[in-house]
Amino acid sequence: MTKEQLEVGLYIFVLASFLGFQVITRIPGLLHTPLMSLTNAISAISLVGSLILAGSGKGMLASVLGAVAVFASMTNVVSGFLITDRMLKMFHRREVEKQRRARPPREIAP
Amino acid sequence: MSEFVLDLVYLVSAACFILALKWLSDPTTARRGVKAGEIGMVLAIIATLLNREIVEYQWILIALVLGSAAGIPLGLLVPMTAVPQRTALSHAFGALAAGLVGTAEFYIQEPDIGEVTMVALGLEVLLGYLTFTGSLVAFGKLQGIARDRPWIYKGQNVFNLSILAAGLVIVGLLVADPGRSTLFPILITVALVFGVMLVIRIGGADMPTVISLLNGYAGLSAAMMGFVLDNWLLIIAGALDGSSGFLLSIIMCRAMNRSFANVLFGGFGAKETVGRMEERPVRTTSPEETAFLLDSARLVVVVPGFGAAAAQAQHKIRELSDMLMKRGVEVKFAIHPVAGRMPGHMNVLLAEANVPTSCSTSMPSTPSSRRRTSCSLSARTTW
Repeated sequence: MTKEQLEVGLYIFVLASFLGFQVITRIPGLLHTPLMSLTNAISAISLVGSLILAGSGKGMLASVLGAVAVFASMTNVVSGFLITDRMLKMFHRREVEKQRRARPPREIAP
Repeated sequence: MSEFVLDLVYLVSAACFILALKWLSDPTTARRGVKAGEIGMVLAIIATLLNREIVEYQWILIALVLGSAAGIPLGLLVPMTAVPQRTALSHAFGALAAGLVGTAEFYIQEPDIGEVTMVALGLEVLLGYLTFTGSLVAFGKLQGIARDRPWIYKGQNVFNLSILAAGLVIVGLLVADPGRSTLFPILITVALVFGVMLVIRIGGADMPTVISLLNGYAGLSAAMMGFVLDNWLLIIAGALDGSSGFLLSIIMCRAMNRSFANVLFGGFGAKETVGRMEERPVRTTSPEETAFLLDSARLVVVVPGFGAAAAQAQHKIRELSDMLMKRGVEVKFAIHPVAGRMPGHMNVLLAEANVPTSCSTSMPSTPSSRRRTSCSLSARTTW
């Protein structure tokens, strides 16, 4: 990475961090566990780096370490998205139930 | 695929990730967020596989198949009570990937590594490996393999900080002269040891903070990988993950009345005596008496802790609250932000037991309603 690229990279890093803070602040405590598993799956985008390394053909070390990294990231991608969806399905079911429960208020004894 | 198209696809996928987090802010749109994240991920993977830099596919295919095979049970079969362990494990995996890529990049590029790249590479390796062992220790503690009690000894802070300082000095030496490749394995060892030392002294109720912190570190190491590989998508995704991790740890700290500095350096997880506790005699009660008390209350606030979930009591609590609601008693769930073993864990457990969202409030908002609370039911093992 050259100095010019670093400049662009730092701009992107700082702006993305601010954006992340802004977006994530709005997520209610209710969804903090799905948030963590989703960001986990998203940061498994390091799979991209691992793939480039594993397929670079730059010798045995690169291939083996790259393949282990691909395995680790792919595990995170698959399990991260699956478990997040599993959790959110339950929250969604609760929302539906809430609407069904929204029948007339209980009768108050006179 | 040309470089330009590849970059454009990466941009689209970064946008998908941001939308994913945006949609996650509401339970009704949250699942759409997961879809957006998945689309972004698939786009990025396909674009990368078509990249000209990739010349061999056999390693990739084997690793992708094995990774998916391991990921499916981890995603579908893990019970909700074990989500914190799974999260710790996936932090370890993500950080390991970052560490390994950094290691390979070092040996491929040395001794001609530019200063900027070397700084990023050093930080990537340091953060990657320390998060790897740190998360494994956290996993062990949460799974009950390792001792949950914090392990504290005299001079621990000095020792830990000197390990960290040693790691940073090695990074500095490597930046000055990347040809000193003998230092690199030492850097890896230092990072691995520091990770263990960092988490081994933390335990019990502080685990949610640690997990969030490790989440932040894992994100940062992914971002550093982006700086090493000149990949903006990695930087964006890493920054998002990092900021989410640090934000969550700040929220956890606030919820437990600790400062962030206290979390990073001091007395973390140690027994603290917070002034003099008010002592009042404990009166044991019978189930019948409690039932009468609950029935005659106007508002019942249930305060569930992880003990309730570990004992699978959340379903019984839900039945109880349904019964009370049918009898015209208002039931609220007051959920402390750190209840459970990771941020928001208690909410997931209650969702599993089908407690409607409208019934649960977060802890800070409940004191105002405390005045009209007639009865609060605390369901947990310890106080």
